[in-house]
Amino acid sequence: MSVLRIETGPDGVALVLYDVPGEAVNTLRHGFQEEFEAAFGRLAEDSAVKAILLASAKPDSFVAGADIEMLSRIKTAAEASALARGGQQAMQRLEDAGKRKPVVVAIHGAALGGGLELALACTYRIASDDRRTQLGQPEVQLGLIPGAGGTQRLPHLIGIAQALDLILTGKSVRAQKARKLGLVDEVVPKAILLEVARRRARELAAGELRIERGKVELKLPKLLRTEVLQQIALEDNPVGRKILFQQARKALLEKTRGHYPAPERALEAIRIGTEKGPEEGYRAEANFFGELVVSDVSRRLVEIFFATQALKKDTGVDDPSARPRKVEKVAMLGAGLMGAGIAYVTADAGIPVRLKDKDDAALGRGLKQIAGILDERARRKRLSPREREEKLALLTVTTDYSGIRNADVVIEAVFEDLSTKHAVVREVEREAPNAIFASNTSSIPIGLIAEAASRPQNVVGMHFFSPVHKMPLLEVIRGRSTGAEAVATVVALGKRIGKTVIVVNDGPGFYTSRILAPYVNEAAFIFNDGAAVEDIDRALVDFGFPVGPMQLLDEVGIDVGSKVAHIMHEAFGARLAPPAGFEKLVESGRLGRKSKKGFYLYGESKEKEVDRTVYELTAQGQKRSSPTTGEIAERCVLQMVNEAAHCLGEGILRSARDGDVGAVFGLGWPPFRGGPFRYADSLGAAQVVERLRRYQEKFGVRFTPAPKLVQLAGSGGKFHQADVVKTR
Amino acid sequence: MASRPGRRVAIVAGLRTPFVKAGTSFKDLSALELGKQVVAELVQRAEIPARAIDQIVFGTVIPSVQLPNIAREVGLAAGLPKNVDAYSVVRACATSLQAMTSAADAIALGEIDLAVVGGAEAMSDVPITYSRPVAQAVLAASRGRSLVEKLQAFQHVSAKDLLPVPPAIAEYSTGLSMGESAEKMAKENGISREAQDTWAHRSHFLAAQAWESGSFRHEVMRVLTGKDFDVVVAEDNIVRKDSKLESYGKLKPVFDKKYGSITAGNSSPLTDGASALVICAEERARELGLRPLGFLRAYAYAAVDPSWQLLQAPAFSAPRALKRAGMKLSDIDLVEMHEAFAAQVLSNLQAWSSKKFADEHLGGAEPIGDVPDDKLNPRGGSIALGHPFAATGARLVHQALRELDERNKNTALVSVCAAGGLGAACILERT
Repeated sequence: MSVLRIETGPDGVALVLYDVPGEAVNTLRHGFQEEFEAAFGRLAEDSAVKAILLASAKPDSFVAGADIEMLSRIKTAAEASALARGGQQAMQRLEDAGKRKPVVVAIHGAALGGGLELALACTYRIASDDRRTQLGQPEVQLGLIPGAGGTQRLPHLIGIAQALDLILTGKSVRAQKARKLGLVDEVVPKAILLEVARRRARELAAGELRIERGKVELKLPKLLRTEVLQQIALEDNPVGRKILFQQARKALLEKTRGHYPAPERALEAIRIGTEKGPEEGYRAEANFFGELVVSDVSRRLVEIFFATQALKKDTGVDDPSARPRKVEKVAMLGAGLMGAGIAYVTADAGIPVRLKDKDDAALGRGLKQIAGILDERARRKRLSPREREEKLALLTVTTDYSGIRNADVVIEAVFEDLSTKHAVVREVEREAPNAIFASNTSSIPIGLIAEAASRPQNVVGMHFFSPVHKMPLLEVIRGRSTGAEAVATVVALGKRIGKTVIVVNDGPGFYTSRILAPYVNEAAFIFNDGAAVEDIDRALVDFGFPVGPMQLLDEVGIDVGSKVAHIMHEAFGARLAPPAGFEKLVESGRLGRKSKKGFYLYGESKEKEVDRTVYELTAQGQKRSSPTTGEIAERCVLQMVNEAAHCLGEGILRSARDGDVGAVFGLGWPPFRGGPFRYADSLGAAQVVERLRRYQEKFGVRFTPAPKLVQLAGSGGKFHQADVVKTR
Repeated sequence: MASRPGRRVAIVAGLRTPFVKAGTSFKDLSALELGKQVVAELVQRAEIPARAIDQIVFGTVIPSVQLPNIAREVGLAAGLPKNVDAYSVVRACATSLQAMTSAADAIALGEIDLAVVGGAEAMSDVPITYSRPVAQAVLAASRGRSLVEKLQAFQHVSAKDLLPVPPAIAEYSTGLSMGESAEKMAKENGISREAQDTWAHRSHFLAAQAWESGSFRHEVMRVLTGKDFDVVVAEDNIVRKDSKLESYGKLKPVFDKKYGSITAGNSSPLTDGASALVICAEERARELGLRPLGFLRAYAYAAVDPSWQLLQAPAFSAPRALKRAGMKLSDIDLVEMHEAFAAQVLSNLQAWSSKKFADEHLGGAEPIGDVPDDKLNPRGGSIALGHPFAATGARLVHQALRELDERNKNTALVSVCAAGGLGAACILERT
């Protein structure tokens, strides 16, 4: 199967179009190497060809990277290393061809990973100024490093510090930024990209154009910016380089806490290349690449990636005849933190939003919050002032139901109280009889809310996470009587506003709040038994969570946590009983950040400091003694895993995949551990059950293993049937 | 019954911002911002799908150099679909009436089905220009190739040229300000100071009463402004809630200090605000399930020599519109007349009633007659409510239709005088 089409023009420029047949975007896949080597070898020899112009035949993408499914099928490190070496050779052949006649590459759309490495091997790079043109090496996001020469050519082209910034973070840059970095030589409007690129090819061939690449301005990326570093010209001397690499490693380890080997390996490959020369560098790159492709971390990250890709295609309903309604207007009831956040993401997606609250002051606060997010984006130049205005203009506010009748979806984020929700359901049914009613409740079952509805098929749950504009997950809840159309509509809406959407069945706490409850309970038990707050948080942060459970409680509100804990206790009995003493915290006015009094101090100091007076509320008082870090993490995490297994067994979850995605994107479960179900699979159900039983003996009923886990332990089965989730 | 040719045009929704004294609540907002606010909110309240909008016709009288086609900018800024066609109109104080009638004609002809029309004025944000010598020097400097050439361009500019020039509210052709023209009309038509002050008091009294009784609740939106959206502008701020007739007499004449009668109290003040309407073909309203507030039955414009009586053109446009509608003034249930000055209102009314005027100016036709007091500006007028030039016409139309609804009556005449010696009139009916 050929991926290259070559047309040599009368001007002596051979146009090489990259075009993977039958795919919307180009990727580097098996066989590309041989075809590249043959084609560029031949073009280099052909005397009729004066210059080569490489471009993509796909409308809005260049080359998006290596085919990840291909990588996920690789079984051994040696196999993966060989693949990398093949890629390196193909790129080398391209670079060699360029030494004989110029190879110009025209980039429009994403040039990521292997796509950028391909461009780096060319003589002259020219990009379109289109928004869709993005250049980067995102491999670390999948636990990998560039494997086709990127760790060697990129630092050579744009300097070590800038290359580290791109490769270690995986971020991508737009065309103008790429030109400033020296990543591309020229940026032109999309309409004339090929024309100008062809002209440059002719000019280079005729010697009319000389490529002069100035020294890249030494402006250190944030990751590396320290006063000492800025004082020495780091890259120009070996001592400076050494410091640079040391500092980079230090900064990196602070960020990854050692959980992510890929950026460390990338750094090492770059170091070896700079210190020992390209040959050693390429060898290191291929070896590290091989090792990483089969690493657990990369496997988990790839699985999560595939799961999100699969969710993008999931309509959320099993009935293929159910169609989402077209949504042209959303009404948002409640302009509080959540309401304003939901209104913002909706308007940001270009959907008009009618925001309602009880008075102008509440609406004003909501608008201020939304304008604040837009201002921040405008300040970072992510939005033009005009775009900011346009988005803001999609938001209108009201204190009554005017302008809500023709809303397609009405989302409520009013006070979390059943009778309040019932009143709102009735009002909306009266004022906007045809609308789908979505509740952004985090704990009240949708079935209960729908009891007030005369058209319960239109009532559905949309559980957003705070802050709405940053948290990627949307948990859609299907109540007993929720219709397929309502589910399909809010799933489609959720995707349109950029969320990863999982659909779960109704029940107290749904999925995410429910598995969080025993996790937080466990942390509270550990605290009650005398552990230090910072030890508990450190244990879970070391495990890979972005914040620990005590800090999380402070952020969410200890009163909210306590309320949810009691709802769960009521619903599920002794297993989910919270420790005594939760009330004592709330009663003493300790609500967390919002009351400036929680487990931590909220004063002037920027350093996070535990408020030691909180210990007075426990039996141990100031004398704290914590279990080991390992035990703390294990107990909390096992609680979450066990509850997730309950959810799957009871049919709250549609699949283990949804459970993993929900935990990673909604609760901050460490992505490199794949989610609770992948994690359980990696330990083995029998092992999980054994550990639970051990704690059960010590702490009682709350560690009773879920039936689903016991069943899998008995059968030796796994939550995920296949090792790799197929995307199609 | 005479009717307009072509399709019948319905007015299905209307809205305005509060009208506020220039330099107060809206002092930081531009005409674009005010127009955007009212259009965005109107489209939501009208509950029409955005894709149903074919065109936006909008205007502002004191234009901004940055916004030569404000209609387009308002449409884009208000988040209307980008394929909604847009053009701007100007007809001084009758600008938003012009916006409405232009779009109405296109609807009648079947060119478009639905339009948003209106106008906005930000007197707090007028463009201040430089004198001609300075402007010429700046242009010359921009062509200069060297610093010396650039500086040389300024050598003939004198210190007094550097004073900025605010836009004048004066007639370009006569050089007379609006107030001076009104003075002239008061004298020539024998309108006394007392009659003017009594009219102004009536305007404030009725406007205050209408606000008090909630008559404006469907017509005026609240604007949340300020950096933190914590300033709520909910009401017109020019209306005197405790207007006393005696207090008007204490004010000094502004334009003719010796013999004059026009004061700040019996004139409309400089005002910021915006208003807009949604109009569409009658059958389109039915398709969209919209209940029309009323229909445009006829309209007419007229012009007089600006150096004669600048604001007397309504004496011509109103009879013309009635004739086109096939109606008499006695068929009209409500008259909404723009109040630029009390002297102008009384002059216009006097001309409508006068046989002598009809003989001299209307070729001996019957005068259209007297307007009974209870049918005339029952919620006050521009003197009390304010007059953002480009926004007044749409206010009058919407207010007239709402008032008819409250009274359960059918027909209204809207009359507007405008700078340049122009007059506008339109006839509305609810059924």
